Amino acid sequence: MPEIFTYGFMSRALIAGSIVAIIAPLIGIFLVLRRYSLIADTFSHISLASIAAALFFGWNPVLTTLILGAGASLGIEKLNRVRKIYSEAVLAIFLSGALAIASIFIGFGKGGNITNWLFGSILTVSMSDIWTMLIIGVIVVAVVKLFYKELLFISFDENSAQVSGLPVKFINRLLILLIALVISLAIPIVGILLISALITLPVITALQFRVSFIKTIVIAEIVSVFSVLSGIITSFYLDSSTGGTIVLIMIAIFLVSLPIKNLTKKRI
Amino acid sequence: MIVDHKHNIIEITDLSFSYDKAPILKNVNLNIHVGDYLVITGENGSGKSTLLKLILGLLPIQKGQIKLFGTPLAEFKDWSRIAYVPQKVTNFDHNFPVTVEEVVLMGRYGRIGLFKNPTESDRIKAAEALNQVQMGQFAKQQISALSGGQQQRVFIARALASDPEIVFLDEPTTGIDKKSRREFYDFLQKMNQDLNLTVVLVSHEVNQIAANVMHVACLDQTIVYHQQPEKDHGGH
Repeated sequence: MPEIFTYGFMSRALIAGSIVAIIAPLIGIFLVLRRYSLIADTFSHISLASIAAALFFGWNPVLTTLILGAGASLGIEKLNRVRKIYSEAVLAIFLSGALAIASIFIGFGKGGNITNWLFGSILTVSMSDIWTMLIIGVIVVAVVKLFYKELLFISFDENSAQVSGLPVKFINRLLILLIALVISLAIPIVGILLISALITLPVITALQFRVSFIKTIVIAEIVSVFSVLSGIITSFYLDSSTGGTIVLIMIAIFLVSLPIKNLTKKRI
Repeated sequence: MIVDHKHNIIEITDLSFSYDKAPILKNVNLNIHVGDYLVITGENGSGKSTLLKLILGLLPIQKGQIKLFGTPLAEFKDWSRIAYVPQKVTNFDHNFPVTVEEVVLMGRYGRIGLFKNPTESDRIKAAEALNQVQMGQFAKQQISALSGGQQQRVFIARALASDPEIVFLDEPTTGIDKKSRREFYDFLQKMNQDLNLTVVLVSHEVNQIAANVMHVACLDQTIVYHQQPEKDHGGH
């Protein structure tokens, strides 16, 4: 057996990495296509505030992030519907507010290993973290499968979807909730600062292939799982930051995929 | 074809609407009959898009009433009887990774209902609708790879796939060349006559359509004119 698998923390890292790698593009595709990338950044800052608060009060960071993230997602959705406020402005308020709260808690000095949360700490993932990820992961996959056709139609053409009688408001709320869930899950892998890259890069890469919606998801999944697993293994041997390594591999794959778009264009 | 004037699909009574305090629509009264082929026209800012959004429930009603198939809009649930072809340019992301057949199948989603997947018969319906607009051979193509006129046909196919009784089209020929427009309006007329489909167009280019439609409603905050064009058209 290669040396890498003899370490329990590496096996746990690879399992946790796989779970997050599978889930991220499922949400990422809707996030990218609906231009919700700023929402991902906002949630990662809300997660930072949640974690800082959890470390200060001695709560479980993952659960705190989940609960506060879900709460904030509903708040953002509600403020968005009040049309007097621009949606970007709503996100900016949440983003800076969360950062302000985080900086105050970190300033109290109990944020100990806050860099782990900023850049990821996949090697410190515990067995109970993996169980939490697995349960939430299964829920996310099931919900996307269950509402796949509604998510697709609403992302493509929201007005027509509403005229066909689809529950647009409910699905939009559900999507934002899923984004919050996935981000709180992905934090241990790449950290708060690199999360939106993990979620969006494989999807942006898959979009270069110009194939059907379902095939785009499949390509994004392959890119995501490959990048995360190879990133974890590479970082083990290079002794580099895992999150950073994963994201750099994703960027490299994206750059390689760029000429594909030109090829398909020529064919058409 | 005989239009049953006694049978209204859409009844609009004293409808008014304003954004902030600027009035957009004032006391609009309009009935749309079974089998009608109506164009709602008017200058930019005449309120025609607002009227369409109100009929489709995309904007809340402030004053007046809209009945769809005899039911007040707020209580109306049977949305699969109504199809909508949005204004293409504003509602369509050209980088969206979706094939023609995936788009047309969306037309079935409202009928399929929540928690269910499309069945073989839904796929057949979608394929039939695509053939109806003579786009069958493009089923596997990316929608973004098609020309404007072809994309418009695909959106029509999506509308037809839901087996609607009435279809609303918002400025359907924006960005389409003149020849394709002519074909497009002829095609709508054929759908109207062959399938007994009620067609409502919102368009500013009434001159070119006049030969095809049965009724023109001219809007300038209120309906200023509602008449059959003087030029008679075939089969009516």
